[in-house]
Amino acid sequence: MLTTKSFIKKNKIGNVLKNIREHYLRNDIFCGFDICERCSPANSYLSSTHVNNCSLFLYNHYIILDTNVILDQMDILDENVIGNVIILHTVLQEVKNRSLPMYKRLRSVIENPSRHFYVFANDHHKDCYLPQEETELINDYNDRCIRKACLWYMEHIREARFVFITDDNANRQRALSENIISVSVKDYVTHLDKAQFLEDKLAKHDFHVKVDAEGLFPPHCSTFQIHNGIKESRLYQATYHASRDNYLEGFAMVDGFEDSILLQGRSGQNRAVDGDIVAIELLNQNEWVAPSEMILEDESIADTSLEDALKKEDELKTVTHKKKGDVKPTGRVVGIIRRKWRQYCGILQQDGSDTSVYQLFVPADKKIPKIRIETRQAAALRSQKIIVAIDSWPCHSRYPNGHFVRALGKIGDQSTENEVVLLEHDVPHNQFSEEVLSCLPKLPWIITDEDVEARVDLRHIDICSVDPPGCTDIDDALHCRPIDDGNLEVGVHIADVSHFIRPGTAIDLEAAKRATTVYLVNKRIDMVPELLSSNLCSLRGGEERFAFSCIWIMDKKANILHTRFHKSIIKSKKAMTYEEAQITIDDKNRNDSIALSLRNLNMLAKILKRRRLENGALVLASPEVKIQMDSETMDPIDVEVKKLFETNSMVEEFMLLANISVAEKILASFPDCAMLRRHPEPPSTNFEPLIKAGKHLGFDIRIDTGKNLAVSLDAAVRDDNPYFNTMLRILATRCMLQAIYFPSGMYQKNEFFHYGLAVPLYTHFTSPIRRYADIIVHRLLAVSIGADATYPDLLDKRKSNHLCQNLNYRNRMAQYAGRASIAFNTHLFFRGKIQDEEGYVLYIRKNAIQILIPKYGLECTLYLAQKGEKSAFFEYNEEDQNQSCGNIVLHAFDPVTVRLSLDSNNIQHEKFTLQLVSPYIEGFSVPPLNKPSRKQKLEDTGSKSPPEAKRKKKSRKH
Amino acid sequence: MSRKELISEIGLRLDGRRAHELRRIRCKLGVFTQPDGSAYLEQGLTKVLAAVYGPHQVRGNRTKAQHDSAIVNCQFSMAVFSTTDRKKRPRGDRKSTEMSIHLRQALLAAIKVELYPWSQIDVYVEVLHADGGVYPACVNAATLALIDAGIPLKEYVCACTASLANNDVPMVDISHQEEIIGGPTLTVAALPMSGKVVLMEMSQRFHLDHLPKVLDKALQGCKDIKTILDEAVRRHVEDVGSSSGWGNTSEKART
Ligand SMILES: [Zn+2]
Repeated sequence: MLTTKSFIKKNKIGNVLKNIREHYLRNDIFCGFDICERCSPANSYLSSTHVNNCSLFLYNHYIILDTNVILDQMDILDENVIGNVIILHTVLQEVKNRSLPMYKRLRSVIENPSRHFYVFANDHHKDCYLPQEETELINDYNDRCIRKACLWYMEHIREARFVFITDDNANRQRALSENIISVSVKDYVTHLDKAQFLEDKLAKHDFHVKVDAEGLFPPHCSTFQIHNGIKESRLYQATYHASRDNYLEGFAMVDGFEDSILLQGRSGQNRAVDGDIVAIELLNQNEWVAPSEMILEDESIADTSLEDALKKEDELKTVTHKKKGDVKPTGRVVGIIRRKWRQYCGILQQDGSDTSVYQLFVPADKKIPKIRIETRQAAALRSQKIIVAIDSWPCHSRYPNGHFVRALGKIGDQSTENEVVLLEHDVPHNQFSEEVLSCLPKLPWIITDEDVEARVDLRHIDICSVDPPGCTDIDDALHCRPIDDGNLEVGVHIADVSHFIRPGTAIDLEAAKRATTVYLVNKRIDMVPELLSSNLCSLRGGEERFAFSCIWIMDKKANILHTRFHKSIIKSKKAMTYEEAQITIDDKNRNDSIALSLRNLNMLAKILKRRRLENGALVLASPEVKIQMDSETMDPIDVEVKKLFETNSMVEEFMLLANISVAEKILASFPDCAMLRRHPEPPSTNFEPLIKAGKHLGFDIRIDTGKNLAVSLDAAVRDDNPYFNTMLRILATRCMLQAIYFPSGMYQKNEFFHYGLAVPLYTHFTSPIRRYADIIVHRLLAVSIGADATYPDLLDKRKSNHLCQNLNYRNRMAQYAGRASIAFNTHLFFRGKIQDEEGYVLYIRKNAIQILIPKYGLECTLYLAQKGEKSAFFEYNEEDQNQSCGNIVLHAFDPVTVRLSLDSNNIQHEKFTLQLVSPYIEGFSVPPLNKPSRKQKLEDTGSKSPPEAKRKKKSRKH
Repeated sequence: MSRKELISEIGLRLDGRRAHELRRIRCKLGVFTQPDGSAYLEQGLTKVLAAVYGPHQVRGNRTKAQHDSAIVNCQFSMAVFSTTDRKKRPRGDRKSTEMSIHLRQALLAAIKVELYPWSQIDVYVEVLHADGGVYPACVNAATLALIDAGIPLKEYVCACTASLANNDVPMVDISHQEEIIGGPTLTVAALPMSGKVVLMEMSQRFHLDHLPKVLDKALQGCKDIKTILDEAVRRHVEDVGSSSGWGNTSEKART
């Protein structure tokens, strides 16, 4: 059993503590070669037939990689070009410690049999292990271990040749002196005979160094200095967030600091890229400045010219030094603790020269700086959306250096832009794998006798579903019927997705990873394969389906007398749209069971809603638009605010009620690991803009409790501006924090509260087809009613917490992706159009006014002056937050008319340009367009009254 | 939070063992002369000394003596230098009291106490270095010390820990490093020949689905330990025997 190895103690000396760990050396580690007769064989993907064709070597060879090659050149390794690679365990561990994302990518390459990678546990091999010398640095030690392993392989498999690839010059020299064949990545890749295209993907670390350009950025502190600085509280560890609007400004969030720290200019930001973990130093208080509130874009073309940057920096300084009022803690980045670089979507700078190999890449995300890349296919790439990775940012370089990864497609195409939206928001959108698809039930799907046995048969009950038009993933259905004692039986029936998705299966893991279905304007990225989402789980009209039912007995005043849950079989009588349901309710001539059921539901929902609002639930607003697509060309043909019916609210109320009932049930059964949803109360500082805006118009917005906020929002109504209240609610929505999923064991009971809904407990139960959280909740509920068994991860608090974090992240990203898709399609719709529209002032800024156009749910900026210049017409009053021109004063919420057109100069960031139409200001405003067609249009859509945008049913805000 | 993997993709644990492998066990019987029996045992870096006095007359409170069996008295203690942070460990603290009770429970299951009415057996265990699996090492050392003292046992009583790596793979004999990083640990003391479990303890809850395979692993560990202890005992008997002159007969007996 235990073949005892000679073992060596490994010392690891901490501060004062001395840790000793055992380190076993083995004699049973396989070298990976089938031809070997000395080792005990195990699984290996190394192939005797694969050939590495590099013109530097006239023979076939096996490759051993150094750590730096994997960390820096993963894009090369991802390409299916080089194979028969031996990854030493020493290297693998180092990669894992240095960069988890790279490690994951490497793992997926290793696991792919066709790539012929093999992991060799050299550090536990009796002949490859070397003890670390006392004064030896860990890097030198690792290098020595790697070389030792190379030598061992050369000795062990004499029939094969080995090539050691490293970008560390010192290590390569030493290897060569030990007779190990060794080359740099660049030399190796450029001599590969079949893959010239790989050259673009080589990461660049120090190309065309210009020594005279010193002082572009201050140098970074060493890890050691940072470490000490933080220990002595001179420096702080912080997460860097770049500003979207001003490329010369950024903020750092320090744990335990209330305010974020302002970082300005080249020396302040010092090569930090959005998301990086940085070390910052606070400036003396007399050097603190105020955020500029300016919008600055990097417009320089050549990668070498500094003038533009210097000019803008000066401009920024003069602005910020003038306003001494709101100074914020200001600091500067002195070092980088961890880079959070990822791959970025974007385009090549459009006015660059095609003949140069150096090109500037402009990321789609404005928070990311331009990146300098080297490519020989600039002309072809210019019209494409491409992906680029950052490799380094030396202090003499104005921009970070990077390399081209791949092209996505033509700029402006629907499909390309969808791809960009998905990539930029980290939405997993690959096709479902074979393994996942193999988990699907076989068709034809039939309900067996056992199924009937295990479930309550509700097929005879008149159940119906109410959803938006065109909805194919119907996850909820309702019924309501009078029972003998004069009370009502109300049932909410939710698709029984957890019946099909069993824990731990490939389909379950995939759904957990995706976390949510993502809705783009003309594309839906399903969380589960279509067979489930649109067929077997979808509660379609007239079809027998499995459901998880929540049944209440209620009196006519909507008091719950009894709640029960069970799995059931239902047969929905009809899948209705909100509009159809509304018509059914309103049609006095209809008295069939569906109509009666809907009327009762509607009656109860109104009571429930009133009660909820009385408790202090908030009615928030965000303009949500619907884009009508031409079904053939898939081009947007109209953009409108979503229409809402009473039935929207009816369905919503019952979904809320079901979620609350389920939350109570699962928390009672699983005090430690129930998956719930909380919505924390926002800190009072979040409300400042709202209070300011309210006060200005004479309304006192109280924020001490959610209830008071709801009351004061209700009271803030102005007869002269019917849209005023909605705008206040839009502002209020922006003050809110995100609601999040969490396992109950991770928080105190009083923290479970849902602020927006004003309920002590809440969860998500009603949409398992498109949200993974609901699947977990279904499983928990099923266990607590004895309908299903538990499994380990379900009851593991830490695991659940980990899962919740992913769900929260994916949900947020899905939301952003949805918005980005709407924005793109709105732009598409407006291309080449010019219209005058009514709008309202949302915010007043120093050099601009933010305007909301309710008709399209658009928020745009009306610039009052050229960037950086003072407006010739308007006077900015910071105190009262207004802009005035003569006797015309513009405040927040004032109605205006603006001309709307699309500025496509920047093809990556098309944006709306506004011109003021009314109030008319001589020299600044433009005369109104005479377009009768517009009136016509207004009548067509029938939206004469300002549309009141409320929460749609599929909203993810709760 | 990325939880560290306890078993790497190539199937090795952090210290280079495979999932089913015990740490190296080295042990020696009869390390002291004064006690009636003694043993020293190393399980990985965990090092334990055990000493047995008795059976002798019940000391102190005589009313404790029982007419049909011997009373077994266990005392567990940890040396000041046994962990990385040096701290004074008073003898009667909660942890050592609990350990003493558990130790007694395991030993009682193996000792033929009914052979010694009105008498007492004292077992002292001192941990010199703790590196995970302290309790099992104590049980295993105490077993050896009891054998050295010549106290009749029903069979060896052995103990072993087991846990789950990467939430899926059961692994045996958990080191301190693995204890810290990993999930719940199961400690089992058993009579490996008859397969009886005499003590079972979990540091946290296991899910019911996992428990059987972890328990199996721990029991297998007990059996493997028994083989090693048995070898040590035979070697010891041989050594003692040959030095005292009846080595020849035992040699014959074995052939
Ligand atoms: Zn071999």
